[in-house]
Amino acid sequence: MADALALVDHLFRRQAGQMIATLTRMLGSRHLALAEDAVQDALLTAMQQWPFRGVPEHPEAWLFQVARNRALDRLRHGRMASDKEPAIKREIETVAAPAAAPPLKDEVPPLDDDQLGLLLLACHPSLTADARVALALKLVGGFSVGEIARAFLAQESTIAQRLVRAKRALRDDDIGFGMPEPGELPSRLDSVIDALYLMFNEGYAATSGDQLIRDDVAFEAIRLARMLAHHPATTCPRAWALLALMLLHAARFPARVDAGGTLFLLREQDRSKWNRALIAEGLHALDRSASGGAVTTHHLEAGIAACHAAASSWEATNWPQIVELYDELLALTGSPVVAVNRAVAISRVDGPLSGLAALDAIDNRAALQHYPLLPAIQAELWREAGDLGRAAACYRQAVGLARSAPEQRWLTSRLSLLV
Amino acid sequence: MKTFIMLLHDAGFPEDISPEQIQAIIERYVAWRQKIQQNGRKVSGHKLTDGQGRVMRGASGQTRITDGPYAEAREVIGGLFILEANSYEDVVELSKDCPHLEFGSIEIREVDPT
Repeated sequence: MADALALVDHLFRRQAGQMIATLTRMLGSRHLALAEDAVQDALLTAMQQWPFRGVPEHPEAWLFQVARNRALDRLRHGRMASDKEPAIKREIETVAAPAAAPPLKDEVPPLDDDQLGLLLLACHPSLTADARVALALKLVGGFSVGEIARAFLAQESTIAQRLVRAKRALRDDDIGFGMPEPGELPSRLDSVIDALYLMFNEGYAATSGDQLIRDDVAFEAIRLARMLAHHPATTCPRAWALLALMLLHAARFPARVDAGGTLFLLREQDRSKWNRALIAEGLHALDRSASGGAVTTHHLEAGIAACHAAASSWEATNWPQIVELYDELLALTGSPVVAVNRAVAISRVDGPLSGLAALDAIDNRAALQHYPLLPAIQAELWREAGDLGRAAACYRQAVGLARSAPEQRWLTSRLSLLV
Repeated sequence: MKTFIMLLHDAGFPEDISPEQIQAIIERYVAWRQKIQQNGRKVSGHKLTDGQGRVMRGASGQTRITDGPYAEAREVIGGLFILEANSYEDVVELSKDCPHLEFGSIEIREVDPT
């Protein structure tokens, strides 16, 4: 017993996903629920024993041993015996414990087949995007229902139900564990990439809620994207583009909100707080993403984020290039939110009135009716153009649309500077 | 230094406890023990098996054995610590930040040295 032994940050969360993955691979995806229960049992057993006996010298091996035994017990008692059962038992009894979980922000991801297999299962295209995100967080990420609910600002019962339905769907469709057929791989990868993008945005959007858990969700998305991009079975330009995009945005996390919860726009952020290691890794990932011919939205978004990351200040940013990237992105997506961002970039190149004109020209502006950033940006541009009356009116409109306390505080503070 | 026994009565842990929370709880117990050991005191911990124990009562020549000693399975003693301290007050002071207090109660008894 090594009492002085400190546990690696997030060890249990990491290890939970790892153990569920390994047990599910061994038992087959129809025993997914059993694997989950066995792993939870093992973690609870640790909680009841380690306070008295101390932390074992090899916590990961200890946990896996217990989880494996619990899985065997459950198989024996659960009347799940079938012809295959003896073979499963033999395999489960002889398999080695999975390797130790690496720390969360390790740059070198584990090339772990089991976790990748579980991720592909959890993000199966037959599930809705929301269900895929919740299931990936629960199974691979080791998040609890309560934690996922807090990150999504949803009721626990909603998330619990979503998970139950998703798992039932996987079972009913008899979705197997492991690498899909080569012909099926591209669509399976798209399904994972979409889910990870959504997972990251869920964590990244500082709309409201528990920031700590949202950061964890964003970094889990990064961890899984790293795995996807680095693993030889799944590596592809769009996985690298996704990873680049996430890293370059995450690099700005430390400068985005202060201790009091005040939001800072990109232009006001203290760039010395940006995480240089994440930027370097992001730029590297962007390089790797350029190896294919196809340009995806993630490529363009990552390219824009890279322009910001490379600039020493808001003023020194390569705005003409950003406008070009937004032109392409708008052509690909037709998204009014992209059009708003493009208008900001245009205002940097051609002045605030050009930006305002670009905002007015957005197709489908009705979709932005409840989007507080539109009037907030208009307000900033009117202020720059010297029309404080119009600026104040736009800010008031934005305050009324604010979706979170930090957002409201931020907008109110802007307004107080004007009036 | 005197010897004290701390009996940790479990009142149950929250349901849907996350791996992250479980790790945090373990770390708090470990930190609490380290804090006590830093003062040069000896602490040993013993986990008891889950569930009820047995209580034996000899009455009028017949021995009666019951599950126990508690009526509620929820109240079982999950484990115990044996530690050195100067007095009850000393143990109480050391245990004010024991994470167990969030999940149950602690019974402290001094071992009679004589």
